[in-house]
Amino acid sequence: MNENIEQDLQKQLRKEAIRRNWNLFRQSKLGMIGLYIVIFFLFLALLQPLLFVTGIWNKGVYDPVVGYEAIKDTFLVVECPKEYPTEKYESMKDCPGDGEINVKRLYLAPGVEVGDYYEAFIQPAPPSSRHLLGTDSLGRDVFSQIMEGSQVAFVLGFLSATLGVGISTILGTIAAFFGGRVDAYLMRQSDLILMLPSLPLLFIISAFAELKVWHLAIVLGVLGGLGGSVITIKSQALQVKVKPFVDSARITGGSRWRIMFSHVLPNVAPLALLFMVFSVTGAIASESVLSFLGLLNIDMSWGIMIYLSQTDGFIFSGLEFWWLILPAGLAVTLLAGGFYLVGRGLDDVFNPRLRKR
Amino acid sequence: MSKEVLSVKNLNMHYETLSGDVHAVKDVSFSVKEGESFGLVGESGCGKTSVAMSLLQLQADNAKISSGSIQLDGVELVGMNESELRKVRWDGISIVFQGAMNAWNPVVKVGEQIREAIREHYPEKSKAENTEKIESLFQMVGLDATVIDRFPHELSGGMKQRAIIALALSCDPKVVIADEPTTALDVVIQDQILNEIKKVQQLLGLSLIYISHDIAVIAEMTDQMAVMYAGSIVEIGPTEKVFSTPKHAYTRLLLESTPSVVGEKKKLRSLDGEPPSLINEIIGCSFSPRCPDPSSDCKNPIKEMGLVEIEPGHFADNCCVDCG
Amino acid sequence: MKKNVIEVKNLEKYYEVSGGFFSRNKDIVKAVDDISFDIPFGESLGLVGQSGCGKTTTARALCLLDPKTGGDVKFYNNETENMQNIDNLEDEELKKFRRNIQMIFQDPYESLNPRWTIKDIILEPLNIHNIGDLQDREEAVVEILKTVGLTPASNYLPRYPHELSGGQRQRVSIARTLIMKPKFVVCDEPTSMLDVSIRISIMDLMLNLAKDLEVSYLYITHDLAVARYMCNRIAVMFNGKIVEIAETEELLNNPIHPYTKRLISSIPVPDPSYDRKVYNVNYDELDAIIAKHGTDNPMVDIGNEHYISTHDVKGLI
Repeated sequence: MNENIEQDLQKQLRKEAIRRNWNLFRQSKLGMIGLYIVIFFLFLALLQPLLFVTGIWNKGVYDPVVGYEAIKDTFLVVECPKEYPTEKYESMKDCPGDGEINVKRLYLAPGVEVGDYYEAFIQPAPPSSRHLLGTDSLGRDVFSQIMEGSQVAFVLGFLSATLGVGISTILGTIAAFFGGRVDAYLMRQSDLILMLPSLPLLFIISAFAELKVWHLAIVLGVLGGLGGSVITIKSQALQVKVKPFVDSARITGGSRWRIMFSHVLPNVAPLALLFMVFSVTGAIASESVLSFLGLLNIDMSWGIMIYLSQTDGFIFSGLEFWWLILPAGLAVTLLAGGFYLVGRGLDDVFNPRLRKR
Repeated sequence: MSKEVLSVKNLNMHYETLSGDVHAVKDVSFSVKEGESFGLVGESGCGKTSVAMSLLQLQADNAKISSGSIQLDGVELVGMNESELRKVRWDGISIVFQGAMNAWNPVVKVGEQIREAIREHYPEKSKAENTEKIESLFQMVGLDATVIDRFPHELSGGMKQRAIIALALSCDPKVVIADEPTTALDVVIQDQILNEIKKVQQLLGLSLIYISHDIAVIAEMTDQMAVMYAGSIVEIGPTEKVFSTPKHAYTRLLLESTPSVVGEKKKLRSLDGEPPSLINEIIGCSFSPRCPDPSSDCKNPIKEMGLVEIEPGHFADNCCVDCG
Repeated sequence: MKKNVIEVKNLEKYYEVSGGFFSRNKDIVKAVDDISFDIPFGESLGLVGQSGCGKTTTARALCLLDPKTGGDVKFYNNETENMQNIDNLEDEELKKFRRNIQMIFQDPYESLNPRWTIKDIILEPLNIHNIGDLQDREEAVVEILKTVGLTPASNYLPRYPHELSGGQRQRVSIARTLIMKPKFVVCDEPTSMLDVSIRISIMDLMLNLAKDLEVSYLYITHDLAVARYMCNRIAVMFNGKIVEIAETEELLNNPIHPYTKRLISSIPVPDPSYDRKVYNVNYDELDAIIAKHGTDNPMVDIGNEHYISTHDVKGLI
């Protein structure tokens, strides 16, 4: 009988605690903006498989890697003059104009002459009703690619963040607790990682190993976990270590491991959670840079999208082929930034001194 | 017949928080005469520090005085704007905070910090005049003149506290508020500091408002006193009378729960529970939930509360007057 | 002959402090400098002194939190029915020893793990020492909560420390400390951070539990009035040494050491009509005692179980 009352009370208290923390988080405008951004991209990530499963999207057409849709358009065949300006064209750039195609480019198509109307495939195709963000140079739907990239970003982000934070929390707590040589070694290790520039290091690693999403997540996680966050978590663990409740556990007869994991770790966890959110930002950004440089073996991600637009030569085309660059670039910036803002919002919740009231 | 230097009438103050308005000070009235020492005693959350802060209007941003009057030498302080208040602070009323020892800027010499305070109010005085003033203040509180050129960390706790008192006196205030000035100090040093305060008070004819949870200190330091509970004054009167014939159940409990080293070893009483929340309006007697000997009328919600005179100058809250 | 629960002889705790950045000399700070006392079963000793006198250091050394630098500490061992030295106790023995000694801390806000529920906090000692099975343990927790006045237990068990008041938290500390029925509990000013009006209720609780469970307290405080309420005997500490030790009323009515006299006379009295005279430090009485017994004996018996330190304190008080 008593147990039920106790359990009900426990549930009720948990609900109240969650509501209170949520209200605190809501207070932070930055945190809320970040949260909206993250939820938006999460929605995109989940939307894609949903569209495929329900059949709204035909996989043959919309698959981000192997889909293909041929978009045709009709063009008027013209001949571009050798000298400019002319009556129709101001300079060489204006020929052929919109809706026109230079006869010289159709040397492989027999029987086409100036003045005819010719149907050609256009790739990459600008946004249309069938493809909200157009297609890339291989005829693949860009919107679908954005959604795929969103999935990659979340998987990569959470995997690497969890791994990294797990490692740094355990190492930081061990350093705080054991002190002496163990501590000295761990601190030098962190110093070493901090010293090495991370991006060039990743270049070297990718030269030796073929990095897919999982591999990259592990690499980023381990590098992040062994780095500066160990030092911060250690200092937090040291503060907890001298609190009376830890003394109380020692006097009661608790072993060092017990105290470390049951007492100190839970009190270090909020800080660790904060780190986790911030490190997702770094992971997403790193992936996009590495993919842009062609160092990763991923089928599709936002970084790959920008990489392709560069290798296909569209990156310097200005705004003409904007849908090849802008959506991917914006996505990286927004989601990475979004996670950062969520971290700021969480900071307000965990750090009472930062709160306004 | 000495005149009234500070007069507080029906002061109401609340804090605006996310969970609602916290009514920290409810209808508080008292007055302090020239040269008199007035004690405010109560436990955590009773509102005594809020009263002190209200007098100087140094409270947090979300604190508002909803009504009431605070008059210093006849001048109304409630409603003054910030620049007018700054003239009154330190010059009219000054304060020795709780934990004041940590109020020193660690990178500035002690003497310089006091000089800053004086400069705020008397910018026309020369450095030599100020130094002379500080030296005489230090002598009054029992500090060597060399302390002027020391940094805070070079001083002991007792010395820092004496310097704080000197700081509070630096602009010749009429009223000094001492909010638990000796809490963190050793008993022997506390005794010395209390003696310094008494000496200085007599020398300068100051009025002193002494705030503490320690009823023994209030007994030794004050002429008049008020007992606060849940934001209101429940008993007020001459210190001797309040100690000899306490009327309110809370006052009696405070007196009976304080162990002493002199006299016979007595049986002491105690309270349970906590003070009521200050957010919701309290109906009826605020102390009745914890009162050790309530009468049948105590829980009556429509009972009219308010201070009633028991003997000349000695007032207690309505509820306990009837209990007897 | 009274059976002692703890016997402390010549306890020392010294710290080395380097004399500065360029100095190779190391100064020694004698936080606890050769103190001795016994506490019989069922009795409590108050350790009174001002901040920095070494009382907290003593407490921590006795609980084996920080190692001592010298001296002997002996505890009564139920099994061998003899006093046992606590040096060189290894793992299993050490753990068993820890069942009999506990500490209650001063700060109700920092002595409970904020991330644990009240239930887990009180269960912990039982879990560490593997007492009984799960049901036995839970019953014991409910029982002790009732004893410390936190009923109904179901209202407190799932809560977290920050949801309780200071007084309630100290009761939880007491429950956790006493659930193992230790024989000796060190109390480090457990009521100094609580409201004055509820202190007595906590102290009364501790006194009742001491009687019921036959626990001895080493009660550490700076407040002599509180020590009077809680303890049979009081030891006054100054500068790492015990300067005077006697039965409570004997100490208060007949203090001999100048430090004790000064201390007692400095305490404010809650009575406006009382004329408190502060003792003017005068070493004559102490000099007479030293002359009679000589400084060879650090602590001398002046009769009635009343001991004075003959250590030279001229100029220090």
